[in-house]
Amino acid sequence: MAISAAARERRRGDKHLLTGGQRRAIGDPLFRGLTIVFAGAIVALLAAVVLVLFNDSRAALGRYGLRLITGQVWNPQAETFGMLPYIFGTLYTSLIGLVLATPVAIGAALFIVEYAPGWLRGPISFIVELLAAIPSIIYGLWGFFVLGPFMRQFLERPMKAAFGDVPGLNQFVAGPAIGKDMLTAGVVLAIMILPTIMSVAREVINTVPDTQREGMLALGATKWETIRGAVLPYARGGIIGAAVLGLGRALGETMAVTLTIGNSSTKISPSLFTPGYTMASALANQFNEADSPIYFSSVVAVALVLLLVAGIVNLIARLIVARFGGDTRA
Amino acid sequence: MVVTQPPARRGAALLLTASDGRTARRKTVNAAMTGLVGGAALIGVGVLAVILGYIVRRGAPALNWAFFTQQPAPLGETGGGVAPAILGSLTMVGVGAAIGVPVGTGAGIYLAEFGRGRFAATVRFIADLLTGLPSIAVGAFVSAILVRRVIHSYNAIAGGVALAIIMIPIITRTVEEILRLVPANLREASLALGTPVWRTIMRIVLPAARGGIITGVVLALARAAGETAPLLLTALGNQFFSLRLGEPMAALPLQIYTYAKAPYEDAHVKAWGSSLVLIIVIGAFSLLTRLATRQRRFR
Repeated sequence: MAISAAARERRRGDKHLLTGGQRRAIGDPLFRGLTIVFAGAIVALLAAVVLVLFNDSRAALGRYGLRLITGQVWNPQAETFGMLPYIFGTLYTSLIGLVLATPVAIGAALFIVEYAPGWLRGPISFIVELLAAIPSIIYGLWGFFVLGPFMRQFLERPMKAAFGDVPGLNQFVAGPAIGKDMLTAGVVLAIMILPTIMSVAREVINTVPDTQREGMLALGATKWETIRGAVLPYARGGIIGAAVLGLGRALGETMAVTLTIGNSSTKISPSLFTPGYTMASALANQFNEADSPIYFSSVVAVALVLLLVAGIVNLIARLIVARFGGDTRA
Repeated sequence: MVVTQPPARRGAALLLTASDGRTARRKTVNAAMTGLVGGAALIGVGVLAVILGYIVRRGAPALNWAFFTQQPAPLGETGGGVAPAILGSLTMVGVGAAIGVPVGTGAGIYLAEFGRGRFAATVRFIADLLTGLPSIAVGAFVSAILVRRVIHSYNAIAGGVALAIIMIPIITRTVEEILRLVPANLREASLALGTPVWRTIMRIVLPAARGGIITGVVLALARAAGETAPLLLTALGNQFFSLRLGEPMAALPLQIYTYAKAPYEDAHVKAWGSSLVLIIVIGAFSLLTRLATRQRRFR
């Protein structure tokens, strides 16, 4: 069979072989070039996003300079644009989310790796990671109709009653408890970044060698002492990276925050009950309404600042996680 | 290696089972932390159950024949459906896939088959970075070009392009990972027969990794189907049936946003119903990919 096939090939003559060779000579570089173009498109894409946003915000940057970022008044009618309240809202809500989500995420990761029996590990990881598959808008809907009213009734009012008269703490509960504010947005963000932090932390804790644990256990340590003394110190770098990655996700979150944060006050206040804006929610609310060129340019500047902040945080997170092991694609 | 054992201390056995205050405290702390860690896992699972529970309970009553076949009723009136939004979502995810799948797959092939050196490392890093970009910034970028400069109207093409940008890095990284799992001897066998590299990749490597590639693409589609923010700035939304790519188009996530903000009970019911539909579609995607990847490796 093989011989007759080879003979048939030979009978077709050198011409066939030659075209085969020619096809390779053209085909391979062409194919390779094509894939390089696609790969280059990814690099070009990021460059284009940054350049276009920068270009379109130049008018505002030129007119207001640094005041565009440090200014505290955002008033389109008066053509005064200072986005500090938005930056503050973004950082404040993200921080609330981070503070709430990180301990729970680490706990869940520890449970999966250190405590859960083998048959339970997969299902729990899967279920927590499903949280990441729920679209932002659905978190927003749930936060708007369910979590917000719940927060007002069962958390914010008691908080106000408890801390309202305590000097120092009362500034965190200033203003009416309406359930659409920084705190509610922060809680929604915490839920949304929980799977991100959990799955990276789980990967990192998984890489802790068993010898570390065995050493502690052999010394008579309890399970928790083993985790505290051997597992967590070993995984600390990666867990920090996981948290920063979660922060990066929280910074850019839009729809869930837009529906739960209130979008009515541009006052910078430490009160958890401020119905403020984030950069992302300001974009969602105002991008389509920016009719004058300077208004549009200022709104694009918000997008640019958001992009840079989220990009830098992501960059740092990926560098940390890459250094300490673990998978950042969560 | 010989380990010299310390002379056994008398009472060591006693120490191990000591019931002094210190040991008791250590045991209490251990039990408390076990409880806390278990509680944390429970929170994760519980939150998902609560959210899904609400969506199913509030969404299910909205689902009926009209919901899937009719246009939205004017706000404030009851009845109508979200058919244009379902159609619009399909259309724009389709446009996104038409752009995103070839680019993402091509870049993934480059990274897995040719990618070495600094350029490949840069592409890999930027692809990772792109997955973390705020989707609303992507929407602002696409809108600034396609809506403000080129078409001068909110349009479905811009929506599709924005979704493509969200899909590309996801597809690229999955495809690269999957292709790396294809055994080298498959490539070698093909190359040894004199097959050109490009044919080897197209006819041997890609088919071998078909299952994994489809998984990556489906994952990206599911992610894009749920995106709202970029569509808000590009496709805007539409209450009527429209298949014109140069004009505003409805999408399921946008419809949820519109309904959620509307001050009418019937709109809220429809928002929950739309969420249920969206979650079922995405959940089915997730589950299918989970099952497909469970069959291990590259098939």
